[in-house]
Amino acid sequence: MAEPLILAQGIDKIYEMPGGAGKQVLRGIDLAVREGEVLAVLGPSGSGKSTLLRIIAGLVAPSRGRLTYGGAMAGRRGDGVAMVFQSFALFPWLTVQENVELGLRARGIDEAERRERALRAIDMIGLDGFEGAYPKELSGGMRQRVGFARALVVDPDVLLMDEPFSALDVLTAENLRRDLLELWLERRIPTKAIVIVTHSIEEAVYLADRAIVLSRDPAEVRAEVPIALPHWRDREDRRFTQLVDQIYSLLTQRAAEGQTPGRRRPDPVPAVRSGAFNGLVELLEDAPREDIYRLGEELQFEVDDLLPIVEGLELLGLAEVHEGDIELTEEGRRYAAASLLERKEIFRTQALARCPALAQVRRVLEQKSNGRMNREFFVDAMEQSYGVEEAERQVDTLIDWGRYAELFAYDQESRQLYLEAEEAGRAQGPSGA
Amino acid sequence: MSWFPAPGIARRVRLGWVDVLVFAAVLLLLLAVLRLGGRMAAPLHALHTISLDPRFLPLYAGESLLRIFIAFLASLLFAIGYGYAAAKSPWAGRVLVPLLDILQSVPVLGFLSATLAFFAGLFPGSSLGLEFAAVFAIFTAQAWNMTFAFYHTLVTLPRDLEEASHVYRLGRWSRLWYLELPSSAITLVMNSMMSFGGSWFFLAASETVTFSGRQVMLPGIGSYMALAESRGDVPAMLAAIAIMIALIVLVDQLFWRPIIAWSQRFKLEQTPSADGPGSFVLTILRRSVLVEWVLRLLHPLWEGLWRTMSRPPRPRPARAGQGRAWRIAFTLLGLLVLAGALRAGWQLLSGISAGEVLHVGWLGILTWLRVTAAVLLGALWTVPVGVAIGLSPRVGRWAQPLAQIAASFPANMLFPIVVAWLLRVHAGLDIGAIPLMMLGTQWYILFNVIAGSMAIPQDLKEAGRIFGLKGLFRWRRLVLPAIFPSLVTGGVTAAGGAWNASIVAEVASWQHHTLVAHGLGAYITLATARGQGSQVLLGIAVMSILVVGMNRLVWRPLYHLAETRYHLD
Repeated sequence: MAEPLILAQGIDKIYEMPGGAGKQVLRGIDLAVREGEVLAVLGPSGSGKSTLLRIIAGLVAPSRGRLTYGGAMAGRRGDGVAMVFQSFALFPWLTVQENVELGLRARGIDEAERRERALRAIDMIGLDGFEGAYPKELSGGMRQRVGFARALVVDPDVLLMDEPFSALDVLTAENLRRDLLELWLERRIPTKAIVIVTHSIEEAVYLADRAIVLSRDPAEVRAEVPIALPHWRDREDRRFTQLVDQIYSLLTQRAAEGQTPGRRRPDPVPAVRSGAFNGLVELLEDAPREDIYRLGEELQFEVDDLLPIVEGLELLGLAEVHEGDIELTEEGRRYAAASLLERKEIFRTQALARCPALAQVRRVLEQKSNGRMNREFFVDAMEQSYGVEEAERQVDTLIDWGRYAELFAYDQESRQLYLEAEEAGRAQGPSGA
Repeated sequence: MSWFPAPGIARRVRLGWVDVLVFAAVLLLLLAVLRLGGRMAAPLHALHTISLDPRFLPLYAGESLLRIFIAFLASLLFAIGYGYAAAKSPWAGRVLVPLLDILQSVPVLGFLSATLAFFAGLFPGSSLGLEFAAVFAIFTAQAWNMTFAFYHTLVTLPRDLEEASHVYRLGRWSRLWYLELPSSAITLVMNSMMSFGGSWFFLAASETVTFSGRQVMLPGIGSYMALAESRGDVPAMLAAIAIMIALIVLVDQLFWRPIIAWSQRFKLEQTPSADGPGSFVLTILRRSVLVEWVLRLLHPLWEGLWRTMSRPPRPRPARAGQGRAWRIAFTLLGLLVLAGALRAGWQLLSGISAGEVLHVGWLGILTWLRVTAAVLLGALWTVPVGVAIGLSPRVGRWAQPLAQIAASFPANMLFPIVVAWLLRVHAGLDIGAIPLMMLGTQWYILFNVIAGSMAIPQDLKEAGRIFGLKGLFRWRRLVLPAIFPSLVTGGVTAAGGAWNASIVAEVASWQHHTLVAHGLGAYITLATARGQGSQVLLGIAVMSILVVGMNRLVWRPLYHLAETRYHLD
C-alpha cells in the first residue's frame, strides 16, 4: 500500500487546567489518511473530533505523539492542507473574490494569477456572478460555497472539513454535498484525500470510504468501519441502513464498555435540563419500544442532542436502552402517567437513589447547620475528576435537577446552594443529626 | 484587500461637480496644513502677540485643530503599536497592560509643567518645544483609552477567523490587514471619537501654561479665550465659544461621520443590517471619479508594499523556547525603568516631611468629596432628563448629538464666567469648584443615559405599560435596571474627568481675582506655579492612588454587576 499522506501516531491531547489537573481530550489516536479516500471521523459531541482535525491541520499542537506527512505531502510541511469550517469563517469585510484569494495572497502569488485562479474556483463551485458580493449578502449555502472555493483554490492535497454542512438546512446541505462529491468523483479537483468530521452518521456513510468512530472522555478510536458501497449511494438501500445502524450502536455504546477498568472517575451527569425529560417520556408513553435513531430523525434531533436525554433517563432508571432501542421502565411509565407534582416526587426518589452526585450534594447541605454551601465548593470538588469547564457544567446540571426535584434551592446572587426553610428545619431535627 | 480597490471597470469617465468639490477641498486642506504647520516653529519671543481681533479667530482655531489632529495621529499609532505588542507577546503584555492601567489613572494636567520643561529643553528658543508639550498633553488624554480598545479586540478575535488565517497561512502583515485591523476597526473608531472629543478640554488647558515662572500662550482658540477672559472682553469670549462649537460640529460632520459610516463594513455580524449610519461626505467621496482614480493610482504601490512586507509564517506555532532573548531583555528593561523611577521618586520626595504627606492625604479626601458630589449632583438631574429624552425617540434623535457636543466642549473655557458669578455672590471655591467640575463632566452621564434608555427593548417598555408600572415602581423595576450599565459607563467617565478637572477647577481666576479651594488639585496647581517639583510629584502620586483605588473598589464591582446582572439581551 502506498505511503499514507498523513500519519498520526499515538496522538494525545491534554488541555492544561488552572489548578494543575489537565483534561485529556484525545488518547493514543492512530490514524492514517490515504491517497484517494474520503475519511469520516465520527464521535459524540465534545469527543474531541474537531480537536483531532485541528491537530492534523497544524492549528493545535498535540501533547504527545507524532504527525508525519508522507507521499505527495512530504516536504510541504503542512502547506498541503486546506480547511472548510462549520461556521464558514469568512471575512465579512472581504468580497467573495477577496475571500477566495486569501490563501493565494498569503502564498505571495501575483495579482494576475491570483485573479485568474480565484475566478476559476468561483466558477467551478457555482458562484459566478457573486464575485463582488459580501458574505452577508449571501445565503448560508452560498457562503459555504465560498468556503469551499477558498479551500480548493490553493490546490490542497488533503481537504479537511469540520462539520461543513451542519449549519445549513437539509436541502441546501444535500445540494452542496452532491456538488462536492461530483467534483471529487469526477476528479475535477486535484485533491488527493478528504477528511470530514461529522456527527451525522448518514452523511458519513453517504460520502466516506472509511469511518473512524471515536469514544469520549478522552477520545480513543473505538472502531474503524470500511464503507465499500459504490457511489452514488442510495439511502434506502439495505446495505446503507445496515451500516448506519452498525455505526449507531457503536456510538451509543456506554463509554464504560470500551474502557479499561481501574482508576475510573465517576460517570458525569449528562448535561440535560430536567424539563427535557418530560417531552421524551411522553413521546415514549405511546410507543413501547423505539429505535433511537428513528426517534432522532422524527424529532429532527441530532444524535448529539438526543443522546444526553436518553442517558439521563437511563441514569434515573426511567428508561432502558437495548441495542439502539429505548424503552420506558415500570418507573418511567408511572412517571409518564403522573401529574406535575407526582412527577417531581418520582424524580426526587429516583434521583436520590440513582444519582450519587445529587445525593451527595444534598448530604453536604444537610450537614451544614445553616443548610447553605457555596457553589464553588462543589465545583472545586468535581474539578479533580472533570476539569473546571466540565465541573461547572456538572454543577449547573445538578442545580437544575435539584431545583426541579425540590431537593434544594439556589441563589444566583450569592452563588449558594441552600435548603429551603422547612427543609433546613427538618435537617436540624433528629433525622439530620 | 478592500482598502485600495483593484482596477475594475470604470463607472464613468466624465468628471462631475463632486470631483471639483473634492479637488478644492483637498487643495484647501493642504494649503491650510502647510500654512499652520509653518507657524508652529516660531521663535519663542514672538509668542505673546495674540490678538483679540475676531478676524484672527479662524486662524487660531485652525492651529488648535492642527495640534489636536497631530496628537490624534500619534495616539492612533501608539494605540496600534502598544496594543499589538501587549497582545502578541505574553511577556510584554504582563508589563504593558498593568502599566496602561496606571497611566490611565494619572491626572495628565498635573504633569503639564514637567513635560513642558522637558520639551522646551529639546528646542531651546523655539516655540516647537511648547507645541510638543501641548500635543503631548492632548496625546495623553486620547491614547490610553484607544490603546485599551485595540488591545481588547486583539485578544478577543473571532476564533474561526483566527483559525482560517492560520490554515491559509497568513503572515504577520497579512494578518494585520486582513484580520486584526478590520476586526478592531469599529471599536477603535468609536473610542477614537470619544477620546478626541474629550481632549478639547486638554487642548484649552495646554495652550496657556506657566513655564519657568511666567505665563506663556500658544496661539490657539484656548489661549484666545483665556486672554479674552483675563481682559473681560465679552464679545471676544462669545465669538470664541461660537467658533469652538462650530469646530466641534465641523469635525464631527466632516471627519467622524464619514469614518463611522465607512467603518460599518467591518461589522462582524453576518446578517445585512437595515440602515447603518450614513454620511454625506462619504457619499461624495464614493461618487467622485477623482477619488477612484487616485485610489487606482495608489493600487500598484499598495501591491508592491504587500509583496515586500508579506512573508509566509513559520510552519509551526512558536515553541516555548522562542523569544527567550526578548523575555530577558524585557525583564531587564522593566527592572531598569523601575529602579530609575524609584530613585528619581526617592530623590524628589526625600525633602518632604511626614506632616506634608498627611496634609496632602487630607487634601485628597477633600477633592475626592468634591468629585463624588459632582458626579452625584450631575446624575441627579441628568438621569431623569436623559431618560425622558431617550424614551421619546423623536426628542432623542436631535438631543443626543447635542449632548455629545456639550460633552466635547472644553468646559474650562467657561470656568471664568462661573468664577465671575461666584465672586459676585461672594461664594468661595471650596463649594464653587463642584459646579465647575460638573460643567464638564455631567454631559458624559447625560449622553450615556440617553443612549441607554434609547436602547431599552420595545417589548420591555410594552410589558411595563401592560402591567401598569407607574411612578417610582416603574423606575425601580424597569428604567434604572435597564440603564444601569450605561449609567456606570457615564459615571466612570465623569469621575475620571472630574479628577482631571480638579487641577484647573480648584484654582480659578477672573480678571484680577483669584479663588483657591482647599484640595489636591489646587495643591498641584500652586506647586506647579511655584516650580516645586517634589510637591507636584507627591500630589500626582496621591491623586493617582486615589483614582486607582476608586476604580478598583467602586467602579470595577459596579461594572461587574452591570455586566452580569443588568445586561440586556
